[in-house]
Amino acid sequence: MSIKTVNLTFKYSEGTQFETKALDNINMEIKKGEFVGIIGHTGSGKSTLIQHFNGLIKPDEGDIIIEGKNLRDKSTKLKLIRQIVGLVFQYPEHQLFEETVYNDVAYGPINLELKEKEVEERVKYALELVGFDYKEVKDKSPFDLSGGQKRRVAIAGVLAMKPQYLILDEPTAGLDPAGRNEILSQIEKLHKKSKITVILVSHSMEDIARLVNHIYVLNKGKLYMEGTTKEIYSQSEELKKIGLGVPQIVDIMKELKKKGFEVNTDIFNIQDAKNEIIRVFGSNLNV
Amino acid sequence: MFNNITIGQHYPIESFIHNLDPRLKITITFLFIISLFIIDNFLAYALVILFIGTIIILSKVPFLMVLKGLKPIFIIIIITFLINVFMTSGEVMYQIGPLDITREGLRQAGFMGLRLILLIIGTSMLTLTTSPILLTDGIESLLNPYKKIGLPAHELAMMMTIALRFIPTLMEETEKIMKAQKARGADFESGNIFKRAKSLVPLLVPLFVSAFRRADELAMAMEARCYRGGENRTRMRELGYTRKDIYAGVFTFIYMGLIIASRVIW
Repeated sequence: MSIKTVNLTFKYSEGTQFETKALDNINMEIKKGEFVGIIGHTGSGKSTLIQHFNGLIKPDEGDIIIEGKNLRDKSTKLKLIRQIVGLVFQYPEHQLFEETVYNDVAYGPINLELKEKEVEERVKYALELVGFDYKEVKDKSPFDLSGGQKRRVAIAGVLAMKPQYLILDEPTAGLDPAGRNEILSQIEKLHKKSKITVILVSHSMEDIARLVNHIYVLNKGKLYMEGTTKEIYSQSEELKKIGLGVPQIVDIMKELKKKGFEVNTDIFNIQDAKNEIIRVFGSNLNV
Repeated sequence: MFNNITIGQHYPIESFIHNLDPRLKITITFLFIISLFIIDNFLAYALVILFIGTIIILSKVPFLMVLKGLKPIFIIIIITFLINVFMTSGEVMYQIGPLDITREGLRQAGFMGLRLILLIIGTSMLTLTTSPILLTDGIESLLNPYKKIGLPAHELAMMMTIALRFIPTLMEETEKIMKAQKARGADFESGNIFKRAKSLVPLLVPLFVSAFRRADELAMAMEARCYRGGENRTRMRELGYTRKDIYAGVFTFIYMGLIIASRVIW
């Protein structure tokens, strides 16, 4: 089972002089259980693409098939699709509206017309999943929380729908390094613990490198590259052509190799890089 | 869903009409509205259409763009038309059940319908050809004489500029929040009127919160740059009349003369 797009094309302001192709013939398939990254510049079509995944936008051409259901079919219930595919927008804390954290997180499950008991269970489940103490936070006003906490509440609001796929659009935008780490490690845990498929949208290579195992690169509405993290980062020249670049650590390893040190260049995160450098330099390195 | 609102939407090109002084354009628009209420026969509409037609052609704004402005009030036009058709007494032409269609009714309906349509087209020509900034500059300048009796002209104009500036921003925001709530299973389209009104709460609360946040930020930014309105404030663009404005003024003068003549003579 998967999220699949077939020749997906979408145009903004069709038929006027402002017409632009936001998505151009996109073919991709995200399988269940994967942790994928979608990367591209502002305006590359990332946000437009993910809004197709839960039927918020309808494609001009092509199809989207989610868990075997074509979104074009009249019989496909969009509400069901939105339950299967949870979408967390950029700055999700801007969508909070209820008086208490509990009510806000419960908004999704209530829309799904679940029983009161089930709603409560799900709110608890979701808030704990994003690292809150349920009892402590449930009666607080979401507007009294800090930026990072608000964001986690908003993410919990989507998780409470128990989606099988979770899409996060720039989940770390505007957060300080601590908030950033907090969110990213929560997401990582989430993927490991609940086996949920996560689609991470970002323009930060560093964030993506740390977490995902498959990357889609979008450029000007086209699927520019696709492959495992390793495959993508080995083509740093191609990435630089569209102004994206690779994580700094990849560059460092490549430079070391150029200087004649026998390091492994398939390394994308700082922890591995540290181990590799210690392995190669061994005791010569006085740290 | 918000793509069809033309009122307040500027169509930025260069043309004779675009380059006219905003004060003059506002005055002409007022005169045009008055002229619509002076005329009392269909023949005079030919004059009005000729006048507004000339403006549309000179402005180089695509006609479809102009018609788009009618979309939001389409229903009002239809209702006005129908009420006039059925509620005017006179010589009966057709009968549909208990409703009579009279000759006078049809005439009245056509008259009112045309008046509404031309009213909207006329005013949207002003906003299509004048950037919001110039428009408020013009309004401020026209209101200046009333400062003496305590009218805060500059402040009013500033408030209007800011309000206009934030319309597209807030619309974008609305669309975004709407999508975010839809992603959480919200349903804005079905159910009875009470259910629908209730479904707007998750949309309006975040919208208000963000509007206040933006207002706060803007006020702070203006304060930080020592903004102080009113007295002795100079501006980047000074308004000034040119030869073009004289032509346009004379043209409007002749038009108004003909309109009044049409009322008096026919």
